[in-house]
Amino acid sequence: MTAGEGKPMLEIRDLHARADGKEILRGVNLTVYPGELHAIMGPNGSGKSTLAQVLAGRETYEVTAGEVLYDGQRLLEMPPEERARAGIFMAFQYPVAIPGVSNLYFLKAAVNAVRTQRGLPELDAVDFLKLVRAKMQRVGMDEAMLHRSVNEGFSGGEKKRNEIFQLLVLEPRLAILDETDSGLDIDALKTVAEGVNSMRDPQRAILVVTHYQRLLNYVVPDKVHVLLDGRIVRSGDKELALELEAKGYGWLEQEVGAAS
Amino acid sequence: MARTTSPLDELTQREYRWGFVTEIEAESVPPGLNEEIIRLISAKKHEPPWLLEWRLKAYRQWLKMREPRWANVHYDPIDYQSIVYYSAPKMANRPRSLEEVDPELRRTYERLGIPLHEQERLAGVAVDAVFDSVSVATTYREKLAELGIVFCSFSEAVQEHPELVRRWLGTVVPYSDNFFAALNSAVFSDGSFVYVPRGVRCPMELSTYFRINAARTGQFERTLIVADEGAYVSYLEGCTAPMRDEHQLHAAVVELIALDHATIKYSTVQNWYPGDKDGRGGIYNFVTKRGKCLGRNSKISWTQVETGSAITWKYPSCILLGDNSVGEFYSVAVTNNRQQADTGTKMIHVGRNTRSTIVSKGISAGRGQNTYRGLVKILKRAEGARNFSQCDSMLIGDTCGAHTFPYLDVQNPTATVEHEATTSKIGEDQIFYCQQRGLSAEDAISLIVHGFCKEVFRELPMEFAVEAQKLLGITLEGSVG
Repeated sequence: MTAGEGKPMLEIRDLHARADGKEILRGVNLTVYPGELHAIMGPNGSGKSTLAQVLAGRETYEVTAGEVLYDGQRLLEMPPEERARAGIFMAFQYPVAIPGVSNLYFLKAAVNAVRTQRGLPELDAVDFLKLVRAKMQRVGMDEAMLHRSVNEGFSGGEKKRNEIFQLLVLEPRLAILDETDSGLDIDALKTVAEGVNSMRDPQRAILVVTHYQRLLNYVVPDKVHVLLDGRIVRSGDKELALELEAKGYGWLEQEVGAAS
Repeated sequence: MARTTSPLDELTQREYRWGFVTEIEAESVPPGLNEEIIRLISAKKHEPPWLLEWRLKAYRQWLKMREPRWANVHYDPIDYQSIVYYSAPKMANRPRSLEEVDPELRRTYERLGIPLHEQERLAGVAVDAVFDSVSVATTYREKLAELGIVFCSFSEAVQEHPELVRRWLGTVVPYSDNFFAALNSAVFSDGSFVYVPRGVRCPMELSTYFRINAARTGQFERTLIVADEGAYVSYLEGCTAPMRDEHQLHAAVVELIALDHATIKYSTVQNWYPGDKDGRGGIYNFVTKRGKCLGRNSKISWTQVETGSAITWKYPSCILLGDNSVGEFYSVAVTNNRQQADTGTKMIHVGRNTRSTIVSKGISAGRGQNTYRGLVKILKRAEGARNFSQCDSMLIGDTCGAHTFPYLDVQNPTATVEHEATTSKIGEDQIFYCQQRGLSAEDAISLIVHGFCKEVFRELPMEFAVEAQKLLGITLEGSVG
């Protein structure tokens, strides 16, 4: 199957969400097909991260209207762990530390939660190590990282690499990258991009949420959407990202302001 | 629609799984405390006159003492005249073999997961089973006796090894030590006695399982462990009680003595009934535990996992007398619902180059209150003494509390004392992170808490570390909605 054909994997319809009484998403519509890579761009405060977190099931956000279908299922009715087990993965913008829990143990628990859901036997320590060793190299991670506590004392770059490493190990159907590129130096950015590109697959969809065009030099999107003030105001192909890079978001804000 | 309740919002009560009552005919003394009752307890146990005298001295001392009020715990006054100080399942004689143990009692221990048949037990663990005021069975005694190790109930030790008991009883915790220790010294019923002779390494874990069954009864056990020169012993105690609406008092005393080059490792998994979610019922666990490193290069290590009791008040401590002796305290204390814990340790450095380590992990959930209270005291002649303390608190939800009171008293300028403390909150962001990777909220809490307690769990003997982890999970069940 090529991108953009068949049944949609994700359909977001008129999604409204708020936090602390403030409306952040104000009618988002978006359809993603298997095999596609979409970039969601927008200035700070436009609702990009909120959209990612609502899709992952963060309860700080209250959905006030609209619906989301994932493989035809009503996503918003599923608790976050069921969404994860159904193949939705979010790389966090700010991954949290879990002191005393090794990266290896954590990831094994995650993999086995997904496997149990799919009726597969749990992996034992030996098989699991085999699985992760191969993937670690792809993100330039040292084996010592496996034995460190989850995200504890990790540098910003190490945290992001670790998120991509988890992405590679968990092999989700829908990957959502929430500003994974922020705060990375150029080498780390390339490593992250290589990791993401290696995950591109006709059966998988990827949503890249980003403020900057930078990552999109290495990860080429099929579609680019601009989120402004809680709505998608413009969609296009990768050229749109370059245009935004050159002109900033101001002109779009003015256009949208003039139209409404 | 997204669910609107947060995982930390709802706090519901879990079921206490050890809360059943054994229907068994008991022989009890009338409630209340006076010299007659003490004479009666002593007579029931056929004690020698010196021990009765010791009890009476303790009682007279107790009458002059006042119940301590300095701990950070709150409870209604205890009516000491309404407590039954002795209750024992009716037995013609103490059973000589396990086959003679009342089947009802055997079933009780099986339900608790402590089968008394040696072949069914975990290999390498000997058990002394204490039911209310008496020991009902001790396994592997003969095997241990071949090595000269004495492992029996305290009452039997008084009969069979009076010279050892008389020599060491009250040498670490004198009867005048504190209010509850004095009460215990007056009315103590049973507990375990261990003596490991010179140069012997005890080949198995020794353990005592304490069970409170009878209503309105206090449990006042007394445990004494002596490790002679070069000896090694690892000892573990576990405890449970039925669910009852009234509070029950448990005031134990534990004394440990380590001679030259001896090591005692003492582990506790305390799971007394904690009361219901509104604080009705539950055990008052007011315990004095202390070890004396009497000899050079001796070592005493306390590890405790405290998940039960309505109120816990205990400070397993080490007096480091011998040069180069080592004291350790590793603790996990959990309070959920209305539980209160005020626990910690005292490390008293007397000898030269003595070392101590304190690692305390307090976890509070529900309306639980958790206090760490610790004293590190370095006396004048303790040249080169060293202490390291780490006290971490974790909060689950925002209706619980964590408190830390570290006291330092350093009288020798060559000493090194380090103290680290942290307080963290299990955040919804941590739980969400785990959920996003496929773990349920309950599993997420359990994972985060285990990570937090890892340094303590790895001090427990393997079999019990697994039990302790499970218990911790059960205690925190329902602490998330």
